[in-house]
Amino acid sequence: MKTVFVTVGTTSFDELIETITSYEAARALKARGYERLVLQVGRGLLLPAADSCPQVGLEVFRFKDSIADEIKQADLIISHAGAGSCLEALGAGKPLLVVVNDKLMNNHQLELARQLHMDSHLLYCTCSTLTETLRTMDLSVLQPFLPGQPKNFADFLDRVLGVQ
Amino acid sequence: MAVLLVAAYVFITISLLFVIRLYTVVKTGQKHRPGDRGPVAVLVVAGSGGHTTEILRLMECLSSAYTPRHYVIADTDRMSEEKICTFENSKQHSGSRSQFTICRIPRSREVHQSWSSSAVSTLNALRYSLPLVFRVRPDMVLCNGPGTCVPLCVAALLLGILGMKKVLIVYVESICRVQTLSLTGKILYPLSDYFFVQWSSLRDKYPKSIFLGRIV
Repeated sequence: MKTVFVTVGTTSFDELIETITSYEAARALKARGYERLVLQVGRGLLLPAADSCPQVGLEVFRFKDSIADEIKQADLIISHAGAGSCLEALGAGKPLLVVVNDKLMNNHQLELARQLHMDSHLLYCTCSTLTETLRTMDLSVLQPFLPGQPKNFADFLDRVLGVQ
Repeated sequence: MAVLLVAAYVFITISLLFVIRLYTVVKTGQKHRPGDRGPVAVLVVAGSGGHTTEILRLMECLSSAYTPRHYVIADTDRMSEEKICTFENSKQHSGSRSQFTICRIPRSREVHQSWSSSAVSTLNALRYSLPLVFRVRPDMVLCNGPGTCVPLCVAALLLGILGMKKVLIVYVESICRVQTLSLTGKILYPLSDYFFVQWSSLRDKYPKSIFLGRIV
């Protein structure tokens, strides 16, 4: 079953949860063949009931020690702009749509999401354009995100420190 | 009056000596090669959350020549200790004998804390950092941005200024930083011996920095 996983990280992002469970957004998901919607809602006030979104199968939780399983099972990840969530989703090789919370201005975490968007590693929208993005997005434009190379760091350090 | 003059003279002389020593310690860092003499003792500032994940990615590739490893975490941080132990135990399985300790110090700055109260709690953290660094006497400090870095690096510099031991300061700016350095990064840029950034836009703005692509 094609699954969408929505994650808001350690904070809350009620506007995203509200938009993605709206009739229009759920219909757009359904039209793309997604049948299961898993929401990680964090500290949000909004905790949608399992039957509040009849077009798709809805599962909701606040936190888990690790969201690695949810990411692994997902075919599309919709995430807040947090660096940790972005890197985890991209590291797992999943298509990622980042929804920016435009109520949080000057958030330095946006820097990374913006750059990764410029490098075509993820799609980028706000809550007000989310439904439209779900209708029109083209996931095939996304470029794979190669893992960083800590070996280069280790080799450099070995050389300058004289480690044999 | 004369006493005051003498006091002022002594104060100025000591400050001047201090500045000259600081300059020498920072400038001569890159000639210092602790690896030539055997294992390199590392003080790893883990911080919390994403910082810990990133720094453990860096530690993954360091050979067993970097021994022992002393991890410093904030005393309010529960997750990092677990992550570090899991990491070190997996390293043990891969052959190299694990030699590590975990030290806790008060956090110098919580997220969103104001600058003035940050200054006070950083001074407080310095009270714990000094004895820790003077006891461990590492060959290098590896850090990547949590506020806890600053007092520990100050303590490391002090070891050098006093002529007790040159401690190399290796700073890796978080991958989250694309256009601007973190506050810790800005403070440690002039003081560190090796300053790594992970995006070319930062390398262009900070010529002293080292850019090897993404390394976490």
